[in-house]
Amino acid sequence: MIGNKIRNVGRVAEAALAAPSRLAAGAGLGGSVQVRHVDAGSCNGCEIEIGQAFGPVYDAERYGVRLVASPRHADVLTVTGPVTVNMAGPLRKTYEAMPRPRLVVAVGDCARDCGMFAGGHGVLGPVGDVVPVDVQVPGCPPAPAAIVAALRGVSGR
Amino acid sequence: MSAWGAAAVQAVLVAAVAPLLIGFMRAVRARLEGRAGGRLVQPWRDLRKQLRKESIIPADAGVFFTAAPVVLLATSVLVAAAAPYLSTRGPLPGVADLIVVVGLLLLGAVALALAGLDTGTAFGGMGASREMTIAALVEPTLLLSVFALSTRSGSTDLGAIVAAGAADTAGAFTPASALAAAALAIATLAEAGRLPVDNPATHLELTMVHEAMVLEYSGRDLALVEWAAAMRLTILLGLLANLFIPWGVATSLHPLAIAVAVVVFVAKLAVLGGLLAAGEVFAAKLRLFRIPELLAGSFVLGLLAVITSAVLA
Repeated sequence: MIGNKIRNVGRVAEAALAAPSRLAAGAGLGGSVQVRHVDAGSCNGCEIEIGQAFGPVYDAERYGVRLVASPRHADVLTVTGPVTVNMAGPLRKTYEAMPRPRLVVAVGDCARDCGMFAGGHGVLGPVGDVVPVDVQVPGCPPAPAAIVAALRGVSGR
Repeated sequence: MSAWGAAAVQAVLVAAVAPLLIGFMRAVRARLEGRAGGRLVQPWRDLRKQLRKESIIPADAGVFFTAAPVVLLATSVLVAAAAPYLSTRGPLPGVADLIVVVGLLLLGAVALALAGLDTGTAFGGMGASREMTIAALVEPTLLLSVFALSTRSGSTDLGAIVAAGAADTAGAFTPASALAAAALAIATLAEAGRLPVDNPATHLELTMVHEAMVLEYSGRDLALVEWAAAMRLTILLGLLANLFIPWGVATSLHPLAIAVAVVVFVAKLAVLGGLLAAGEVFAAKLRLFRIPELLAGSFVLGLLAVITSAVLA
């Protein structure tokens, strides 16, 4: 029975760490952060880690962070990968569709300096060249805990 | 306490409790899925933040887009004030009528569907078309299932139906009311956009119904739409609870009776919300073309309820 499975598995979420200090940029959000994600040319390694950050084990939702389906609903834009020529326009449009105050979290080494794709064909540059970046999460790929910590810095919880 | 005072208490209570009900249902879901989940007040935090954010009006949107959140919230507040949640003696007996309540709920749905069309985006129009298809199938069921109860009191006034149930509790549990409760429960799921008809947590635009229409809303407008959507769920679950389990509803306007009614109403909502959230853990969304079959089934249940109540009465 599925009911037994629920009882046997119990709670898989890891214990919460102490709340980090809130970034000044997240002060107006009052502990509620809605996230829209854009893959600007990533290898999808970072996407898997972001998926884990919102999964049962790391469970970013308990800190008031939620993934949403539209940039109009979002406060934070997470961007992964070096920005490719073809994704620069959509990334810029997504950022412009978000209501102010809006923040950009660049996830992964590629988003910071194009990583191993630097100078590659079709690569325009790091995320900071296209939209203003507020928070960097280093790593290739960054651990889910690091992504959760960065988002908690924005939500302040 | 005057009838207007009771109506005001009712409207404020529904408006205040609705986001908490959403938070509670998310918490139940999270617990069953092994997650820790957010706080109960998280939906209120989200609303507070959205009310402070900038509202963006898309370039192609017109008056329907800007008017829809206000119309949706106004109809929800009116139903929340008039329908018999705490007291069966509302100040607006004409508005507490079944047909008016269903009409007001439909008015809100139509306003939002027009707003979805008004944005000029593909997903907005798709969501509007689906919402109207579902609404056209749900409204007759909503009406029929309550008609089965109105034969008992000889009136379509919701206050009179609940009062008749509260006066004769044993008579409230009949085969007809069981059938009507099943029909109204399915109609409630469809009207409030819950699983298996619509998934409120979906990120996949192609499967969206309600969410697709509100994709373009932001800031204050989004807060109004989400608040109204939460209130509609509370309104429908509250009606389901009070029509079929009419215990604890005040039949006088004595403050003590109203206070008891508040506690009972919140407890009923928590039980129904918890059951709904637990059920959603086990349910998958139905394919869109299977939804008419489900809703036709609920309509048949409603029809059987009316026939049963007429034959057995």
